[in-house]
Amino acid sequence: MSTAASSSWGTALVKISPYTFSAVGIAVSIGVSVLGAAWGIYITGSSLIGAAIKAPRITSKNLISVIFCEAVAIYGVIVAIILQTKLESVPSSQIYAAESLRAGYAIFASGLIVGFANLVCGLCVGIIGSSCALSDAQNSSLFVKILVIEIFGSALGLFGVIVGIIMSAQATWPTKV
Amino acid sequence: MYGFEAMTFNIHGGYLEAIVRGHRAGLLTTADYNNLCQCESLDDIKMHLSATEYGPYLQNEPSPLHTTTIVEKCTLKLVDDYKHMLCQATEPLSTFLEYITYGHMIDNVVLIVTGTLHERDVQELLEKCHPLGMFDSIATLAVAQNMRELYRLVLVDTPLAPYFSECITSEDLDDMNIEIMRNTLYKAYLEDFYRFCEKLGGATAEIMSDLLAFEADRRAVNITINSIGTELTRDDRRKLYSNFGLLYPYGHEELAVCEDIDQVRAVMEKYPPYQSIFAKLSYGESQMLDKAFYEEEVKRLCLAFEQQFHYAVFFAYMRLREQEIRNLMWISECVAQNQKSRVHDSVVFIF
Repeated sequence: MSTAASSSWGTALVKISPYTFSAVGIAVSIGVSVLGAAWGIYITGSSLIGAAIKAPRITSKNLISVIFCEAVAIYGVIVAIILQTKLESVPSSQIYAAESLRAGYAIFASGLIVGFANLVCGLCVGIIGSSCALSDAQNSSLFVKILVIEIFGSALGLFGVIVGIIMSAQATWPTKV
Repeated sequence: MYGFEAMTFNIHGGYLEAIVRGHRAGLLTTADYNNLCQCESLDDIKMHLSATEYGPYLQNEPSPLHTTTIVEKCTLKLVDDYKHMLCQATEPLSTFLEYITYGHMIDNVVLIVTGTLHERDVQELLEKCHPLGMFDSIATLAVAQNMRELYRLVLVDTPLAPYFSECITSEDLDDMNIEIMRNTLYKAYLEDFYRFCEKLGGATAEIMSDLLAFEADRRAVNITINSIGTELTRDDRRKLYSNFGLLYPYGHEELAVCEDIDQVRAVMEKYPPYQSIFAKLSYGESQMLDKAFYEEEVKRLCLAFEQQFHYAVFFAYMRLREQEIRNLMWISECVAQNQKSRVHDSVVFIF
């Protein structure tokens, strides 16, 4: 493709291999999800440990918050595994065909969606989990009510996973001619 | 950035915030105070307190108890909590926690200097000092003859050194000058603390500036009322007021010229938060003013716990414990002197 527009960004972007985009997408999917999960776990964990000194009864119930954060990392792993099964080899004449580019972009987008949705979901669940531990230590009737808020928060990660998986179904590479 | 502290506060402060909230759950409730107010003797008080968090501190005391012993042991609990938090804290929380004790340091310095002036024994004075405000060379204070020596010998090595620039004079220490020194130091301390909190930013700055502004205003009113009828000039009085707070600067101008309590009331009623305090007092009465201020302070301190991820909870906890110890002292004194009808005059319920 030797177009006359010599230094257009569009041309430069189109010349990046779709495999690069796919690889970055898979990396973001697992890496950023785990970042979100870890962030949430330390936010909850530090408050939980401190509060459990004066109120030891809260420890077993409040591990649910940590489990919700962990689930966020698991979503990232699942989507990364699904995405990597979508990678196929195409002959080098087809690498920059429209179908290939579409497949590369689809995997990239799917990875980004899942990664960043899980990042904010992990943060959200972590902060709520911290408040939940502290409130439970003061008044045990508050635990279940705050848990409902956490459940709504963890749904955000699920939204990301659903859309990511739908996007990844678009990743159909051109068949060998 | 205000609003996003939740993302990073727990790295350094999460554990300690949870600890201080656990301590707050151990403050005495209205039911505890009702039980204590109905005690017949100090041993009953000790028995009721053994079921609370003060139990381990009082259980080894021999039977003829004094009120000072009860207060001393309860203060020990506060000191233990504080030291545990201080040794776990990192910057800037550790500096914040240290700032909370500078007020006690100032009180201790003034106590020793006044006591020396009245020819008391240094050891006896040291025992009366508040444990949170102790520093290493505190006993040397008894040697100083005037303020310049005080600064040069002892205070230049303490955290109070920067507060002395305004009140170093070569005058000899006498009762009047010592009170002025105390108030000048406290003014410098409050302003320094206020600037430090503003630098921290976020929820800490917002909540602490409200609490410190109330403290500054309360001190302004107390200075005014205590200096009515003394030889403190208006300009001197004006110099003792802090440079922040709701009353700064116009309220201070008006307070500086007040000559009696009703004029003070007229000034304060222009400010809605203080109008409600002064409305509780009838005309000409000032004994209940202290209690009204304490109640307002306790209300604001309890509100500090409503928000998470800031440092003001530490300040609020320390102040609430001190209020609780004041309550216990009052109840013990009333019980020991058999004046239980006056118990409710000065007890401020926290919950």
